[in-house]
Amino acid sequence: MLQLTDVNVHYGGIHAVKGVTMHVSPGSIVTLIGANGAGKSTILRAVSGLVRQCTGSIAFLGRPILGLRPHDIVKRGLTMSPEGRRIFPNLTVKENLALGSYSRTDRAGVADDEERVFRLFPRLKERISQPGGTLSGGEQQMLAVARALMSRPKLLMLDEPSLGLAPVLTQEIFEIITTIRNEGTTILLIEQNAFGALSIADYGYVLENGRIALEGPGKELLGSQAVQGAYLGARVGVV
Amino acid sequence: MLGVYNPARARLKLLLTFGGLAVLAAAIWWGNANLSSYNLRILNLAGINAILAVSMNLIFGFTGLFSLGHAGFMAVGAYTCALLTLPVATKDSIFLLAPLAWPFSVITLPPIAAVVCAGATAGLMAYLTGFPVLRLRGDYLGIATLGFAEIIRVVANNIPSITNGALGLKGIPSFASNLWWTWGCVGITVFVISRLVNSVYGRSLLAVREDEVAAEIMGVNRTYHKTVAYVIGSFFAGVGGALMGSLVTTIDPKTFGFTLTFNILIIVVAGGLGSITGSVLTSVIYTVLLEALRPIEASWRIGPLRVPEIPGLRMVVFSLVLLVIILFYQRGLFGGREFSWDRVLDWIDRRRSRKQGVRA
Repeated sequence: MLQLTDVNVHYGGIHAVKGVTMHVSPGSIVTLIGANGAGKSTILRAVSGLVRQCTGSIAFLGRPILGLRPHDIVKRGLTMSPEGRRIFPNLTVKENLALGSYSRTDRAGVADDEERVFRLFPRLKERISQPGGTLSGGEQQMLAVARALMSRPKLLMLDEPSLGLAPVLTQEIFEIITTIRNEGTTILLIEQNAFGALSIADYGYVLENGRIALEGPGKELLGSQAVQGAYLGARVGVV
Repeated sequence: MLGVYNPARARLKLLLTFGGLAVLAAAIWWGNANLSSYNLRILNLAGINAILAVSMNLIFGFTGLFSLGHAGFMAVGAYTCALLTLPVATKDSIFLLAPLAWPFSVITLPPIAAVVCAGATAGLMAYLTGFPVLRLRGDYLGIATLGFAEIIRVVANNIPSITNGALGLKGIPSFASNLWWTWGCVGITVFVISRLVNSVYGRSLLAVREDEVAAEIMGVNRTYHKTVAYVIGSFFAGVGGALMGSLVTTIDPKTFGFTLTFNILIIVVAGGLGSITGSVLTSVIYTVLLEALRPIEASWRIGPLRVPEIPGLRMVVFSLVLLVIILFYQRGLFGGREFSWDRVLDWIDRRRSRKQGVRA
């Protein structure tokens, strides 16, 4: 569904992403884990068209999307929920969601999807006419995911949805991500919370200093000694 | 109550809207016939300020583009309109430095066409400058647009075959000294811009203001939206400039210094960023207050003591008023809220139910 081949990104003088090749197959949850500054967010920003200094090839549904503007990429069914939520703080929850469906023209479908996100996130319905900035951190994250869902993406990219959330909420978010996948949306998930992400992922990539260091099915990576040592805090002899 | 469609109320609101417009029309008709030329001039000026403030609010308040180029676009509009409405005979007599360039030397258009041309020229100028300039953000955009306005002024000073250089243009037909003209244009400006900001399109302008990147990944084409807001805002700045030229009947490059932009900016901020109602009402208050404060500059006596006249004192008082507004109403007098009949009717309903509550 999404194929990155030999993608390189340069940020100023820094070679942030070095020859990354990744594949996301339809109906799966694919996760990309790695430490701070490994280049995870840069990859997502490149895929969604926000980063322009990018070489290699990125194809979505078999067609190249590298070099397209972000709004064109959204129209093709690839939406990102950005790092740090980036909801619109002075607009109400309803307006935030309406902006999520900005690229769509099918009114009936938009109404259906509004129902759907309120079913996934009942808390948002209670807050519908509140400005986004007055929500709690967890609610803002839910709003960010809900807003991205409103574009009815074929592939939803989530950048650190568990960042800064209490453990209970993190658990809840991961459960919701699984539900979203089960309802038919493919997911590319970026996480620092390696354990949570790998537990729900079908396939995982481990990024180190801009390179893919390791890849494999989620459960397999979860059991791998290298991953356990570097990201899960397990005590192993050598890493 | 909120969001529920109520046909009786919708009819009432429509009735109130037409009633309100009729009252305004009657006031304009009465004012044109009975007010002194001094008062008329103040009201006309208030209208022109309202057009300028609402258009700047679209650019700065709704879209978040900190643009300080308003005086430049006003100059473009004012010169275009003046050149197109001046009678050919007058043109011959005022262009002393260099003869007026063709085609302006031979054409005279009716005011309506000239005002539309003035707006269109300003809009075109905004489109051309917006292309490079709108890539900048925040203060940088402010500096670039301020520079652009200064360039317009300097250019106007130095192309005598079109602008008559520093001598400026005189004897501009004064159609804008009629309230129908100025407040009619206010009506059109408010109608167009409020329709714009209340559409899906307007919501995406707000999104661009709140967070450009987030707006972009929601599918909003940010360059396009910024450009359209900038061009439409500048169109009305051009219209405002055209009317101002016609009201004053004489323009020269000095008229369009950057203080003009800041006066409008003061109105927009004091009225509330993102509030059209705020911009219109504050324009009236601002213009009227500036005149009403004139007496405090005159010399006056307290018993044997004689206070000398202090030119410029009203500006001091005015600054204090602004400080108070900024201290106590950080988001401006209207803080992004708009007038709506719903608000008024809800308020009346609440009053009524409270009164009944007290009685029972």
